[in-house]
Amino acid sequence: MSKKGIVFYFHVHQPFRVRHYSIFDISNKHDYFDQARYDYHSKCNNEMIFKKVADKSYRPMNALLEKLVKEHPDFKFSFSITGTFIEQAEMWAPDILESFKRLVKSGKAEIVSETYYHSLAFFYDREEFSRQVAMHRAKIKEVFGVDTKVFRNTELAYNNELAKWADDNGFEGILAEGWDPILEWRSPNFVYRPVGTSNIKLLLKNYKMSDDLAFRFGDKSWKEWPMTADKFDLWANESLKDQEILNLFVDYETFGEHQWSDTGIFEFFDFFVKKWLSRNDTTFYTTSDAIHSFESSGEISMPYTVTWADTERDLTAWLGNSMQQEAIKCLYEIENDVLRTEDTELISDWRKLQTSDHVYYMCTKWFNDGDVHAYFSPYDSPYDAFIYFMNAIRDIKWRANQINYNKVVK
Amino acid sequence: MNILMLGWELPPHNSGGLGVACYYLARALSERGANIDFVVPYSAKHPNINFMKIHSATPLLPLYKFGMGAYDGYSTNTALSPDEKYDLKDIRGVQRKYIKFVEGFVKKHKPDVIHAHDWLTMEAGMRAKALTNAPLVIHVHATEFDRSGASSGNPIVHDIEYQGLMMADRIIAVSNYTKKIIVAKYGIPADKIEVLHNAIDPDSLNLDYFCDDNTYKYIDELKQQGYKIVTTVTRFTVQKGLSFLMKAAAKAVEKYDKLVFLFVGDGEQRNELIQMAADLGIADKVFFTGFVRGKHWRDAYAISDIFVMSSVSEPFGITALEAAHYNNALIITKQSGVSEVLGSIFKYDFWDVDKLADEIVNIALSPALEGSLKSNIKNEYARISWGDVADRCMNIYKNMVSMNSGRSKL
Repeated sequence: MSKKGIVFYFHVHQPFRVRHYSIFDISNKHDYFDQARYDYHSKCNNEMIFKKVADKSYRPMNALLEKLVKEHPDFKFSFSITGTFIEQAEMWAPDILESFKRLVKSGKAEIVSETYYHSLAFFYDREEFSRQVAMHRAKIKEVFGVDTKVFRNTELAYNNELAKWADDNGFEGILAEGWDPILEWRSPNFVYRPVGTSNIKLLLKNYKMSDDLAFRFGDKSWKEWPMTADKFDLWANESLKDQEILNLFVDYETFGEHQWSDTGIFEFFDFFVKKWLSRNDTTFYTTSDAIHSFESSGEISMPYTVTWADTERDLTAWLGNSMQQEAIKCLYEIENDVLRTEDTELISDWRKLQTSDHVYYMCTKWFNDGDVHAYFSPYDSPYDAFIYFMNAIRDIKWRANQINYNKVVK
Repeated sequence: MNILMLGWELPPHNSGGLGVACYYLARALSERGANIDFVVPYSAKHPNINFMKIHSATPLLPLYKFGMGAYDGYSTNTALSPDEKYDLKDIRGVQRKYIKFVEGFVKKHKPDVIHAHDWLTMEAGMRAKALTNAPLVIHVHATEFDRSGASSGNPIVHDIEYQGLMMADRIIAVSNYTKKIIVAKYGIPADKIEVLHNAIDPDSLNLDYFCDDNTYKYIDELKQQGYKIVTTVTRFTVQKGLSFLMKAAAKAVEKYDKLVFLFVGDGEQRNELIQMAADLGIADKVFFTGFVRGKHWRDAYAISDIFVMSSVSEPFGITALEAAHYNNALIITKQSGVSEVLGSIFKYDFWDVDKLADEIVNIALSPALEGSLKSNIKNEYARISWGDVADRCMNIYKNMVSMNSGRSKL
């Protein structure tokens, strides 16, 4: 019988934020993602943000993981690393990419598959979606020399159809939110099989304990504050009583960026790993290990899309209002014209606009309540996010028309 | 609690927002048990005011509350003696008379709190405080720095404002923007200043009013043809930043032709603006209504799609809330108080002509954006009520009274 285990899965991502791209830039400038040239200190400056988060989070956490991997042979975990993140790391922090490579090379870190551009293409265009998954797979192979076997969709947006797609495309596992209305009496702490599939297995996020780390860890008004390694160890043990795996899925930036270093998050993690491995009956798994170590304990069906966001766990943060719907409609409407150009730079710009963060910045559901602090965005308002994005799309359209027209003329 | 309130105007004898704000604040305060004596510098009936006592400091008609001028007032103010006419020929003369009246008044009626609005009544407030030892609240709706735009302003007014702010026991500012000016320009400690944003009373806007028989027939026709109507309602002075709006109008029209600009109001910049529209080649797209009241005023809001408040410096800016009520998308400068309380709007720096043009064109181009702005703002402006403002004002009074009684016992 396999040991009880924790599956840490860290989501590593950075979008290419659209700069304050004005209607007067259309047809003149095509540098949608280069705010740095205009206002270095803007919150839309991708380079500045990447370097800031690199210092606060990626470097110290990578260093800690490298240390832990050396100290504890049984310490394992998984990453999802987006294509847009890798591109940014290549430009602005190659040392971080080297560190990720060492971690993967150690055999203790698995890389999970997803769309290269962190997009919602699955819900709009199945072919484009498949192309982006293939692009990501190729990029991971090129950079890390490994193949991906387990799939996670952007924002953990999951439904039965997605599971079927992943199963048909040879994935061994897939990740989703362990949402109570779906699970009912069942626990997320087992391996499941998605309904209507033959081989693939499903890992469900234990959101309560994941959120204890990701959102509540440094919150001094939380009644459990301060969280300690001993306490978390106790909770994890309780959670796993008579159960198998504890899936802790969190944004990688939890470490150092969402929870600052002074909350003690790094020390906590260091102590916790040590503590968890100090017994004989508990260990860590990568996502693939977990799937191979345990049999499915039942079927799970999610006919409607479930994500890992908000209390609603749906897609409304990305597609809930009319601006978001219009933006994404305009984006996918021009697909044929864009792909027809065969212009790699144009196509890549168009795909960078598919990153889900862009429509997330247009979300008004918190903004309306006057709770602007919940509005996590580099823009002044959702409305500003909308117009810069729409202006960029208009320019993409203009470029595509230019190129396609010239092709015909030739 | 007896409040001596010192103001310069009340509806219907008001020339701007000051009178409106004083009216609603006083009404809400009286509903909360405040017994208000309100002093105005003119003699006239206030048919809608029965919740407080209004006292006239001079026999002047409301028209002459800023002084009669050397010639103007003589023929129409036949009731005045030649000496009175001489004394009241300018604003300082009216203020002297106002102070005299207040001095006499407080000998008979000792107030618990003195509440003075703007520089016009600050001297009277200080005199009343000196004579009665009652605490003094100075309520700042605008400073001389706001009124003078880029120029330095009237040194006498600056002196009065400085003294008043120094002598006040407590200062109320209508926005954080105004509070910052008071701290930065007059060196007043920030903790002496409380920010109380103005509110809007929906009843005052005639909720049942519909625009089916609009005054602006020609513009209505353009609207039927698909034009978007961009409106500003304001005094045409440098402080309002209208030349920036005019430049933005020209730039916007370059990108999107079906726009019409409605300039509602009057002021010394009128001719300059008409000339400017012609020079920019958009004279056919800019309409000047002159100064309007009543139905013409309401119709201007009602026919408009986009409302711009382009002020260079605007302590609050209640017209924005009125425009929101009439279903406008709002674009407001960051240099305004009202932008502090609203989220579902575009905010721009008054000099940023490109951004303003970009926002106008994008709203015109996108029904989703226009719809979101219009409907989301409606959930916001109604949250701000005069009742809440008055609650906080009562608390200020109570704190001052208890501190004051403590002081006199020593």
